[in-house]
Amino acid sequence: MAGDKWRGAPALGPRATLRYWWKQLTSMRTALVLLFALALAAVPGSIVPQRSVSPVAVKDYLKTYPRLGPIFEKIWMFDVYTSPWFSAIYLLLFTSLIGCILPRVAVYVRGLRAEPVLTPKRLTKLPDHAVAPMPLDSDGTSEAPAEALERAAQHLRRKRFRVAVRGNSISAERGYLRELGNLAFHISLVFLLIGAAIGSLYGYRGNVIVVEGQGFSNSLPQYDDITAGANFSDRDLAPFQMRVDDFKAQFEAGPVQTGAARLFETRVTVVDKPGDPPRQGLIEVNKPMAVSGTSVHVLAHGYAPLVTVRDAEGAVAFSGPVPFLPQDGQFTSAGAIKAPDGRPERLAFQGFFLPTAVVNEKGPRSVFPDAVNPELFLNAWYGPPRIESGEPENVYSLDTRGLTQMTTPNGDVFRMQLALGDRVALPNGKGSISFDGYKRWVKLQVSRTPALPVTAGAIGLAVVGLCLSLFIRPRRLWVRVTDEGIEAAGLDRASGRTGLDDDVVDLLTAAYGDELPDPVVDTGADAGDDGRVADGHAPAKDEENSRE
Amino acid sequence: MNDLSLWSNLAITTAAVLYVAALMLHAAEWSSARGLHQVVAPVRRRRRTLVTAGVAGDSTSTEGVAAEGPAGDDEARPESDQRDPERRIDFFGRLGVSVTVIAVVANVLGMVLRGVAANRAPWGNMYEFMISATAFVGAAYVVLAICFRMRWLGLPVTLLLALGNGAAVTLLYVDVAPLVPALRSVWFVVHIVSAALSGTAFTVGGVASVFYLIRQRLERQEEVKGYLTKLPHSSMLDVISYRMVAFAFPLWTFAVAAGAVWAEYAWGRFWGWDPKETWALVTWMIYACYLHARSTAGWKGNPAAWISILGMVSFWFNFIGVNLLFTGLHSYSGL
Ligand code: HEM
Repeated sequence: MAGDKWRGAPALGPRATLRYWWKQLTSMRTALVLLFALALAAVPGSIVPQRSVSPVAVKDYLKTYPRLGPIFEKIWMFDVYTSPWFSAIYLLLFTSLIGCILPRVAVYVRGLRAEPVLTPKRLTKLPDHAVAPMPLDSDGTSEAPAEALERAAQHLRRKRFRVAVRGNSISAERGYLRELGNLAFHISLVFLLIGAAIGSLYGYRGNVIVVEGQGFSNSLPQYDDITAGANFSDRDLAPFQMRVDDFKAQFEAGPVQTGAARLFETRVTVVDKPGDPPRQGLIEVNKPMAVSGTSVHVLAHGYAPLVTVRDAEGAVAFSGPVPFLPQDGQFTSAGAIKAPDGRPERLAFQGFFLPTAVVNEKGPRSVFPDAVNPELFLNAWYGPPRIESGEPENVYSLDTRGLTQMTTPNGDVFRMQLALGDRVALPNGKGSISFDGYKRWVKLQVSRTPALPVTAGAIGLAVVGLCLSLFIRPRRLWVRVTDEGIEAAGLDRASGRTGLDDDVVDLLTAAYGDELPDPVVDTGADAGDDGRVADGHAPAKDEENSRE
Repeated sequence: MNDLSLWSNLAITTAAVLYVAALMLHAAEWSSARGLHQVVAPVRRRRRTLVTAGVAGDSTSTEGVAAEGPAGDDEARPESDQRDPERRIDFFGRLGVSVTVIAVVANVLGMVLRGVAANRAPWGNMYEFMISATAFVGAAYVVLAICFRMRWLGLPVTLLLALGNGAAVTLLYVDVAPLVPALRSVWFVVHIVSAALSGTAFTVGGVASVFYLIRQRLERQEEVKGYLTKLPHSSMLDVISYRMVAFAFPLWTFAVAAGAVWAEYAWGRFWGWDPKETWALVTWMIYACYLHARSTAGWKGNPAAWISILGMVSFWFNFIGVNLLFTGLHSYSGL
């Protein structure tokens, strides 16, 4: 190892220093502190908006707090869960975890074959113990110790203890599954992390808005946005195609929670790979569709008004559905209609689509999410044709550079209100626009999470392991028979377990072979400790754990 | 709005009023115990009392620790010869529990009727979550008080129930309505039931930890006063708190996992660091800390008890605070 690095360390040699720090890292105390630190470190991410959850909220935050924002940016406050400090804590924790379980696995495996530990010299020092005189035979003399021992052994075997008879004493132990459960739980945590890591390294999640009647093919350029792991490549995209045939939405029309979503159904046609026969599918909330190893969810929906724009020459400059983005729960939707092919001037429109339009003192707004009275409210713009720059452009808002807003003859902004089927001529013969209808669009999310079975299996194992670890009562019992009498004692190896004193008395009774003759029982439990010895008369758990 | 939901509202309001009544009765129980005091033997490393088999140890010892089931009220031994306060305490205590039993019946009835009225599991908004949470906690408390002689939980638990149902009736109420589609999932029901059960146990465990801290301090001064004499020895309170967490922790792990499965179905990602998910994990990690602390030298006892209380606070913050303070995918409070 790189010994030189450690030359500055006091007194200890490099290897000893390393071992010292490794021991510190893998101690229970460090695990505890790191767990606590991780819990604490996760909190800010729930208070400050996170880029991975809502990039828009982060932008707003930066605008609202111009002083604090940049400082937060520097300390990864907007990306807490991928930040170096958060990662450092959980990587240290998992290093500690692995360093902690490996030796324990070794100890466990060795312990599996080992006999129960030797009987302590002085059973009376154990937290729970009981004493009885030797039973008398029918002729009034003391019974032979061997018989009492045999009865005790039978009793213990019946109670599923592992039994070792040694001379005049028996050691018995049970509850080996507790440590197994505990190890399984901790190991499954490692697999949980591995599963989650693979999922985020190789997985992807892409969103695309598709209007009813249109389709998309699973390739990078088709996505509106995509988040993918570091090891993802576009070859991982399964070559399927999907067409959205129909989207049905229902909203609460009753007086309670009016407008709340009640039903969403999306009917699609899928071609799994080029040349395959098309198949139909239905996507509902909580019921995604599985396509070629990905799941397809419908995350959002909205309206796409159907418009036809004619330019000054009377030619159709644009015709078709234009997705508008919902701005509130009533689906007041904002969007832009662009007709770059208009001649001699290109035309553009910006405004709102209201599925159930009402105009009041606050202006036009929608009062219900379903399309009861759809109307379009638009402003119009014109400008010289533009050479395609290839620069990506936001389809939902208008970049008004190089455009002039149309006005009425007396200089006011030219505003249009179109009901279904209306057609409005633009001022100065610049053309016209008609509101022909509307379609709905859905936002499809295509996601692939590799290693999901690993993650899910790890969680299942963790729960089972936990139950074993927390509910099994590992216990050691001893009995010794001498000419003076019978001694029984017990020790619990996990906290919060009860019934040890009963077990000890039962064992003593079994060895005695009869109702106990008013025996002398010492239940000298250590105060303040729940049945486990902490004062070193018997190997306590903590010592064992830190032995490596 | 139909008849059934009106009956449900009536039941919930009744329960809220009765919880307040029970709270006052338990307050009377506590104040009746003002004169009591109990001398606690100093904690010795080794105790050598010789007793006969089958007979539990004397009341001031730690025998309760090893006894099956928690120690009961009759374990406290007031010094005063006057039996009067004893009788008064018992009277108010029994009355408090009786009123709580009726309140819990009304509460459970209210929850069930609400579900029948809505024709679905009654877990669709904050109001319904709250009345269900109080129904779970109330039912668990009644079982603990009657079968396990844990009546001493009465004051804090009825306080919690009165606050919870009171807030439900006054602040959180919304009329019956169908579920938003995202909540219609078997996994959601599994998630809610396991979360409610584990939350109940976390709460009882947290209350036991609070009492542990108080009693433990007094025991060190070797004198316990007032109603606290009616509580089990601090080491028993510690075990009760541990048992509750030991029961709840695997269940909570499962609840969080079920939530993740549901999120995978609903949103196509099983984990997204939504505030609700984050706080569920934070709560989980705090209780993992608690279980570790109990087997780490220097962290047993008081520090562990504080962690258990912190866990309870985190659980309730996630249940109430996160819905109201943060916006996330889980904001379906219906308000
Ligand atoms: C990812 C972080 C970890 C979590 C979530 C976690 C969780 C838990 C839980 C819930 C228990 C309780 C089960 C029981 O009492 O039987 C436990 C026990 C235990 N953990 Fe961890 N643990 C973690 C890391 C570690 C590390 C790093 C170590 C090594 C120092 C460790 C060592 C132990 C030991 C020795 C026990 C048994 C305690 C006893 O005897 O009661 N754990 N852990």
